[in-house]
Amino acid sequence: MADEALFEFLHMEVVSYLFKTADEEKCIPILENMGYRVGHSLAERFTKDSSRFKDELDIMKFICKDFWTSVYKKQVDNLRTNHQGVYVLQDNRCRVLTQISASKQYLEAAPNYLAFPCGLIRGALANLGISCIVTAEVQNMPACKFQIMIQRSQ
Amino acid sequence: MTGQRSSKMAVCVAVISKENYPLYIQTIPTEDDLKFHYTVHTSLDVVEEKINNVGKTTNDLRELYLGLLYPTEDYKVYGYVTNTKIKFVVVVESSNTALRDNEIRTMFRKLHNAYTDLVCNPFYTPGDRITSRVFEKVVNAMMLQDS
Repeated sequence: MADEALFEFLHMEVVSYLFKTADEEKCIPILENMGYRVGHSLAERFTKDSSRFKDELDIMKFICKDFWTSVYKKQVDNLRTNHQGVYVLQDNRCRVLTQISASKQYLEAAPNYLAFPCGLIRGALANLGISCIVTAEVQNMPACKFQIMIQRSQ
Repeated sequence: MTGQRSSKMAVCVAVISKENYPLYIQTIPTEDDLKFHYTVHTSLDVVEEKINNVGKTTNDLRELYLGLLYPTEDYKVYGYVTNTKIKFVVVVESSNTALRDNEIRTMFRKLHNAYTDLVCNPFYTPGDRITSRVFEKVVNAMMLQDS
């Protein structure tokens, strides 16, 4: 579908433009912050019609189902938690990685493409009242794991 | 109280942030609009109480609309909390019986829509005071509509 391709192309262009123009070590935080702002707004928009969330797990389920479907047209494939503030979201076909060759060749480029989605999750959760650190990890190419570590203030 | 019907819908509309500071507050022009600021401020405790009670009783409607927070002699205060903990407070005159629950609901709905549009504006920094003219227009429509 055309509208899905637009987002993919825009994202690819943003990443490649940044890495051409900005300092290497600044690129990831810039992309992450960009995602944060977008996630923050999207959370506001997507939760408009949903009922109030009961707890943290409820919010995570929302991220995995509604949020992911709205952004990436599919649900997160697996959600795991240790019930102590660490959640792992596994997406077997991560949309931002599907256009990249599914071999080990571009594995080291993957973090560049995952900075934006990480920020997206962090921003959405921040707006819903959960401050956290989100990191991504890729072992086999189109599959990706997002680790969410919740920071408790107390 | 004069016999004439009030043409105003709401007398005060306020948007309060996650951290309980006002993002936006608009009142009808009166000599002491500080009174409304005070009313809105005191309503926050009731809002807090209502949110905290939601999880405890089962088969509770987990709605964003909180309903009537508290009535005073002259005014009724209604509340609404988004999932992102932004609070909307609307004050109407008690004498205004034309406003039913449904109308209040629609008002909040409109307010929420306007707020989401505002947050999606890339030039607006979340947590800043709201100065958007579009948002203001929505609020003004709520306050001065003729009945």
